Amino acid sequence: MAAAGISMREAFGQALVGLAGSHPEMMVLDADVSASSRTVLFGKQYPDRFFNVGVAEANMIDIAAGMATCGLRPVVNTFALFITLKGADQVRNIVCYNNLPVVLAGTYAGLSDSFDGASHQSVLDVAIMRAMPNMTVVVPADNVEVRQALEAALRRDGPTYIRICRNPTPVLFEDAAPLEIGRIRKLRDGADLTIAVCGIPTYMAIEAAGRLAAAGISVDLLEVSTVKPIDEAALLESVRKTGKVLTVEEHTVVGGLGGAVAEILGRRAPARMDFVGVPDCFAESGPYMELLSKYGISTQEIESRARQLVEGVAA
Amino acid sequence: MRKTKDLAQLQAIARGVRRHIVEMTGAAKSGHPGGSLSAVETLVTLYFDVMNHDPANPRWADRDRFILSKGHAAPVLYAVMAECGYADTPVDQLNTLRKLGSVYQGHPDRRFIPSLEASTGSLGQGLSVAIGMGLAARLDGKAWRTYVVLGDGEIQEGQIWEAAMFGAFHKVDNVVAIVDYNRIQLDGFVKDIMELEPLADKWRAFGWQVVEPDGHDIASLQKAFAEAAATKGKPTVLIAHTIKGKGVSFMENNPKFHGVAPTPAEVEQALKELA
Repeated sequence: MAAAGISMREAFGQALVGLAGSHPEMMVLDADVSASSRTVLFGKQYPDRFFNVGVAEANMIDIAAGMATCGLRPVVNTFALFITLKGADQVRNIVCYNNLPVVLAGTYAGLSDSFDGASHQSVLDVAIMRAMPNMTVVVPADNVEVRQALEAALRRDGPTYIRICRNPTPVLFEDAAPLEIGRIRKLRDGADLTIAVCGIPTYMAIEAAGRLAAAGISVDLLEVSTVKPIDEAALLESVRKTGKVLTVEEHTVVGGLGGAVAEILGRRAPARMDFVGVPDCFAESGPYMELLSKYGISTQEIESRARQLVEGVAA
Repeated sequence: MRKTKDLAQLQAIARGVRRHIVEMTGAAKSGHPGGSLSAVETLVTLYFDVMNHDPANPRWADRDRFILSKGHAAPVLYAVMAECGYADTPVDQLNTLRKLGSVYQGHPDRRFIPSLEASTGSLGQGLSVAIGMGLAARLDGKAWRTYVVLGDGEIQEGQIWEAAMFGAFHKVDNVVAIVDYNRIQLDGFVKDIMELEPLADKWRAFGWQVVEPDGHDIASLQKAFAEAAATKGKPTVLIAHTIKGKGVSFMENNPKFHGVAPTPAEVEQALKELA
């Protein structure tokens, strides 16, 4: 599948500019990475509504929280790793505790800050954000969804974390119904196996499901753009039909989408499961696609794990 | 509510607030009496004289904002708000502090007391939140101001200095920080744990207007808040020189009473002193 012309971060930066007019209460904050996060686009056009706090993530998040108590709609931007780790206390004890409408835009997420190496790669952000009460966690799969996620987040009353990729990725949902927070998108009907996917690997899961269909394995393919609150009804309906689930995400296999799905199924509909994701380790520098593949995220890996699940072979 | 500039009246209110603090923490058998008692005059001066607020209309858009960044001093905030007459801080329930189901949580919690501007408790964050509020007021062209009380131990947190840099750089002159400089933190005296001196020089170097009132002298605090209001182009910090445990002889300057409640006998003794 061909990658889009512009990166997801560029699409997000453009979306901020595009929504500025209709959302006069929207403020944009960044911590000295505006050239990377592309909030520079907004900052140039709306300097009075743009705050670059310098390298001070904790301060940025709480300033945004203070603004939000006064009716403003701040969008906080920096690398996903820094929002969710350097800002974890601020996100939990101010933003979530006070249930404030702050949008946390975590860019360079997953392995997409590929060449910078493991210190900058964010493969635990979903696990951390998901454990925060009041938080909504959205993982867009393409540039269309990242715009729609921002728009939807600005309409919400509580905090929203949006996970953003650094790189161009295939556009999947140009002609589809818009992303709805809290709703699973059914991409394919099948009976043999459920694949639940979020984020960039969505296009890989679509490819894998096609290959599996050619081999006589029908996949019920769910795109779970909202990891929290997860669309429990749609998930259960699918799994009660197939009895087997493979989760796919650009995230550690500890506590992300796989964890969220397992928590529900363990209680409501125990099923055979397997997890495609980054193993519990630090990755390394390298080209994005090669890195994804090396750390367990590829069409081939999805296809192979799916076959093993259906055929009852231990992974 | 009975807003006043009268020193005798404000001192009488302060005495009543101190009695509440002793009784509340005594009844709870836990809590932070020392750092609550040191901040009494600061909060009484703010809530009964300086701040524009209306307990009958707690969400009034143009009210001044108050944040207790040192959230462990919750008893002083609860007692002062109760004396102001906020409907969600009833005086007759103050002694339910820290009990299951009480609105008076161990640290301020807006889920239970919606009139609070912010739930707090994790140290180091209130100054940033206050600056966000200050920016919001400025963007909105409004005259209301934001006050935030910081602990002296608390300002050992790095985020305070991130916020200090930002506040001066962006000339957020509608925010006033008050450092409750009682010189004692949980583990002992500040000078022995992590010295803050030269504290005024640090704030000045960060671009703040510094005023150093006697934090137990209401007239001195009134004068300091007036100077803050008159200072334009930069934020102001009041380094309020205070005594931990102020007003109760055996608590004064005693690190033990940072986070230990008085026994029933100590409550009795304290209330005699505060009669």
